[in-house]
Amino acid sequence: MLDTIILILDSTVRLSTPLLLAALAGLYSERSGVFDIGLEGKMLGAAFAAGAAAAVTGSAWIGLGAGILVSIALALVHGFACITHRGNQIVSGVAINFLAIGLTALLGQDWFRQGGRTPPVTGDARFGSIVLPFADSLRDVPVVGGIYAELLSGHNILVYIAFLAVPFTWWVLFRTRFGLRLRAVGENPAAVDTAGISVTWLRYRAVICTGILCGIAGTYLSVAQSAGFIKDMTAGKGFIALAALIFAKWKPVPVMFACLLFGFLDAAAIRLQGQQVPGIGEVPVQAIQALPYILTVVLLAGFIGRAVPPKAGGTAYVKERS
Amino acid sequence: MMAGQMPRWADYILMPAINVAAAFFVSGLVVLAIGENPFDAVRILVWGAFGWNEGIGFTLFYATNFIFTGLAVAVAFHASLFNIGGEGQAYVGGLGVALACLALDRFVPWWVTMPLAVAGAAAFGAAWAYIPAVLQAKRGSHVVITTIMFNFIAASLMVYLLVNVMAKEGSMQPETRTFEDGGRLPLLDTILPGVDFGSAPANLSFVIALLACLFTWVLIWRTRLGYEIRTFGANQTAAVYAGISPVRITIVTMLISGGLAGMMAVNEIMGSQHRLLIEFVSGYGFVGIAVALMGRSHPLGIVFAAILFGMLYQGGAELAFEMPAITRDMIVVIQALVILFAGALEHMFRPTLIKLFGILSAPASRAA
Repeated sequence: MLDTIILILDSTVRLSTPLLLAALAGLYSERSGVFDIGLEGKMLGAAFAAGAAAAVTGSAWIGLGAGILVSIALALVHGFACITHRGNQIVSGVAINFLAIGLTALLGQDWFRQGGRTPPVTGDARFGSIVLPFADSLRDVPVVGGIYAELLSGHNILVYIAFLAVPFTWWVLFRTRFGLRLRAVGENPAAVDTAGISVTWLRYRAVICTGILCGIAGTYLSVAQSAGFIKDMTAGKGFIALAALIFAKWKPVPVMFACLLFGFLDAAAIRLQGQQVPGIGEVPVQAIQALPYILTVVLLAGFIGRAVPPKAGGTAYVKERS
Repeated sequence: MMAGQMPRWADYILMPAINVAAAFFVSGLVVLAIGENPFDAVRILVWGAFGWNEGIGFTLFYATNFIFTGLAVAVAFHASLFNIGGEGQAYVGGLGVALACLALDRFVPWWVTMPLAVAGAAAFGAAWAYIPAVLQAKRGSHVVITTIMFNFIAASLMVYLLVNVMAKEGSMQPETRTFEDGGRLPLLDTILPGVDFGSAPANLSFVIALLACLFTWVLIWRTRLGYEIRTFGANQTAAVYAGISPVRITIVTMLISGGLAGMMAVNEIMGSQHRLLIEFVSGYGFVGIAVALMGRSHPLGIVFAAILFGMLYQGGAELAFEMPAITRDMIVVIQALVILFAGALEHMFRPTLIKLFGILSAPASRAA
């Protein structure tokens, strides 16, 4: 029984990681007043770039670098449209999602001719699992040993980065000057502007942070979790991350718990496929898959707490009347 | 014409044309990067869409989908609501079409089934927009986020229904049985004498789409409700002072929008596939956003934008056939760029253009 629980929790951690990275990514952008429904596209672009670069160079770290660069590039397109040219943030996000779907498949086929896949990565081209100290010797200790050896140890480095990014993001947002200004610009950009700080530059920096984290999220998918890029491999994870971000009311630590919850639902859905649950019968997998979205809608409706987005989110800042 | 403005024709025709040209220019660079000649690609694309009868038939077929989803987004735009849930509404609309067809196709001719299928599509699509609409109107939950969530919920729901409830007996395919003749719309070339679209599935839905355009035009610009929708969209506070109920307008507009999106399923399900299957919407709902933006939320503009996108779909398929290095994904890239330039970057060229018109019109106003 304990083994099963640890197994499910272990895959929960693995499935939550990309959600967590993408949701934290969205946190920077949305807290600064730039809504981002293009998390999905940035992840996909990064997954492709990382998969391609890792396959060609044989280095997972170069893959990570390529993934982050492509994701930042897409984030800057979003910034250019929404911050510089005051375009509609939703429309821009839709465009970026489409751009990533189209370009990754098109270039993937042109470069590798494997139906949109990148060549499989192995060895150094992939992030392998890290065994924490004493994991093997502690394995036989009842309960704690199993949790330490199976649940905490044996993940790849990006998993640890993702969970370390939670306290780091909290620290940046709530304990640094940059974070204070970033939150302020999402609530009241005019006040930030009056204080002599550039709204544009601040929002651009926030969007770049989003790019970096989405880049890691995408890289995780193609060169850590899987061994190579597969066409359309994000499969809606960017939107689940967005749902988690809203579900967590745009706060870093709750974001982690929301992502773990949604990751757990995903793990449970895989586990429960075709199985009889005592007292309920067969649970339709689709119901569990839809649950993150349903929960988010219920939350948005204000039935369990209230999700209030950053006040200036979704609107471009106009410095003066023309 | 006031200073700092453009003549209407420039706003409605020149601006979209420039934006689309920019999108095509960047697409050309992508084609160049792949190592093909962009001019050849354009020639193949346009010929594939308009150069032969079957091509035209396919172009019209795809355009029909885009007209419905484009109108859906446009109606919501007029109330300054952003319905990004066309994808899910069309998907659930398919359920309405399929239920009507499955119930009637063996007993009555198609023209009896058709009104019920259209009504079913609109009703189911509208129903799927209803909850986001109510949540926006009464609880202030942002309609963009809720409609995105509802797209995913619709996808799960439809897979569940098609796998567990509606699948053909003894079949592992997640799809219903094929409709008999009573559940099939006639093809356009069987109605119009002297026209032959070959194997293209262009069907009566195209006419329904044009009627929907007319309906939308009358609704928005010739009825009291349309006036209220536009007032609400232009200034919500003023609308409240004018005695317009924000709750009512939000809900009614979203219902109409969802209904129009749902009607897209008539073309796909009753007009072409003749069965309900998973993922038949495949992005048409999202492209509706691009169609509405390019068509400036006007039915006439939407028809032209829809035909342009229909051309991309059909011509793109030909292109993938003629130039194997360029897969069908090129269409998605072009779409993305059109959405980017015509939508998100619509203000990029505007100031320059306004300045240009200012210079051009300055001598004229001095003379007057």
